[in-house]
Amino acid sequence: MGFRQRMGRWDVKVSPYLYISPFFILFAVVGAFPLLYTAFVSVHEWNLLGGQGEFVGLTNYRDVFAQPTFLKAIGNTFSIFALSSVPQVIAALALAAVLNANLRAKTFWRMGVLLPFIVAPVAVGLIFGRLFADDSGLVNALLTQIGMEPLGWHSDRLTSHIAIATMVNFRWTGYNTLIFLAAMQAVPQELYEAAIIDGAGRLRQFFSVTVPQLRPTIIFVIITATIGGLQIFDEPRLFDDQGLGGPSRNWMTVAMYMYDVGWGNQKNFGRAAAIAWLLFLLIIVVALVNFLVSRRIATSDSPRGAARLLARGSGDAGRTPTAGATGPTTSSKET
Amino acid sequence: MSSIPVIAQSAGPGAARWAARRRGRATGGANRRPGWVTYAILAVVLLIAVYPLYYTLQLASSDAVSIARNPIPGLAPEGNLFANIAEVLGGRVPFGKAFVNSMIISVSAAVSVVAFSTLAGFSFAKLRYRGRGPLLVFVIATMAVPTQLGIVPMFILFTELGWANNLIGVIVPAMVSAFGVFWMTQYLDQALPYELIEAARVDGASMIRTFWHVALPAARPAAAMLALFTFVQHWVAFFWPFIILTSNNPTLPMAVQLLQANYFTDYSLVMAGVLVTTFPLLILFVVAGRQLVSGIMAGAVKG
Repeated sequence: MGFRQRMGRWDVKVSPYLYISPFFILFAVVGAFPLLYTAFVSVHEWNLLGGQGEFVGLTNYRDVFAQPTFLKAIGNTFSIFALSSVPQVIAALALAAVLNANLRAKTFWRMGVLLPFIVAPVAVGLIFGRLFADDSGLVNALLTQIGMEPLGWHSDRLTSHIAIATMVNFRWTGYNTLIFLAAMQAVPQELYEAAIIDGAGRLRQFFSVTVPQLRPTIIFVIITATIGGLQIFDEPRLFDDQGLGGPSRNWMTVAMYMYDVGWGNQKNFGRAAAIAWLLFLLIIVVALVNFLVSRRIATSDSPRGAARLLARGSGDAGRTPTAGATGPTTSSKET
Repeated sequence: MSSIPVIAQSAGPGAARWAARRRGRATGGANRRPGWVTYAILAVVLLIAVYPLYYTLQLASSDAVSIARNPIPGLAPEGNLFANIAEVLGGRVPFGKAFVNSMIISVSAAVSVVAFSTLAGFSFAKLRYRGRGPLLVFVIATMAVPTQLGIVPMFILFTELGWANNLIGVIVPAMVSAFGVFWMTQYLDQALPYELIEAARVDGASMIRTFWHVALPAARPAAAMLALFTFVQHWVAFFWPFIILTSNNPTLPMAVQLLQANYFTDYSLVMAGVLVTTFPLLILFVVAGRQLVSGIMAGAVKG
């Protein structure tokens, strides 16, 4: 075998692995290794300045749980997450249904809903921090105008969560709308025709055909929102000029607390790593729960309903309801 | 004579449109134009999307006294916009440096992600080898891993390497993307015919030449979209740069944060700064927003 030939065979054998190796090498170095090493740091005494200290077992975890701020931060994070994800998915679904009509200037409207996506979260934090300012903020001024009491957006706990959730919703609703819209356009037309023949109105079509057909997309959006939402940092950090979640830590999230412990007041990497690891486990658990729940919700009354409509309906009944619908599996631009 | 328009409509390029319209009429109007209520709803949504930006302009063009006195700003912007922008740009926050830093980071990330993703996508979509399937599944699974939570060891490691307060420390973690690999694999899988690869191989092209002359040109549309997304993603990123860089060597989002620390007594200046940092992406949105929309929608259906 000649040299050239041997080189050629080597080329065919090795190149495929060579081409995918950058991803795996970099993921190992800046993704997997730091995540695993977090567990190692979390069982050691470790300071920003002093570096690695001695092995302390689960002391850091015990210390973290003993700090009331940590538990409060978990509560805040969940509250903000719930207030942002649920309304957001519902609004995005509704808006996608509106955009799915045969509109004039389609692209214009689609670009319109996507506009907030290009505003940086820190900028959104500052802008909405002003809109929701307790004194001389626009929202409170409008509330006063219509005869209501101004709200303590920066002083009351739940109210501050609503304000921060509003920022998240502002930035992400349009993005998710476009994902839902794309999935809606892949729903086979026959399903709607069958539904119409069966006398289903617009609303019934939406709940009995569109929503069940969008199940994989809805699950995907919810899981992505979970992973990103529980790590929220930028918006609450910029909600006031201190960046610590207000005087009584009313809107301090777990990621903000982790930053504060590691780089802020305590400079304690051991504890910060313990917080990171706990948040990691929390995200996995919540993502799994959300996956199971959203799968149930979306199955409960639906594909059967659609299949029933189809079976009773038109001559196209032979087609399975899922024929043309492709599920998405894409994109976590959030992280 | 009179049949000519009908023929023109029912054959040739107009046929599909005509048939679609007829079908729309027959099924009672999935294709019917919606009424004004739909547009009214969309107009309100558009207003919600645009107003916070206009509010930024309103505040940026006023002054501290006016903001305190009129919580509901007048409809037209006031006259201080350029004075405020000039003051902020000439002030303590190093905007010029932040802009250059953000540009270097975002462009490097976009170029690197596109290059490595296209290479990996070519391999996953078009080459045959042992372990391909499981490896691709692994890549997709990593999309669900919150790698941001590894910041403590990353910070320790990068400090050891001398990458703290260095743009390298922001660029390196941004160089690959699981989403990018997945995206390019999806695209090349359908956009690049095997015949082209075989033809190149028969002509004696090496693997890398085949990639360069066959796969790369075919990948161009998807690569452009991926570049756009990666650019935006790193242009707005705050958390990791905030940790690894310092405030005298910031990115634009860090500069926004510094604005608040420096000017919290006068929000007209803060908002002028916000406007300045948002402006470049607004321009990009006007130029390439259409591509951004179709990119998100394409990403959602394939798969």
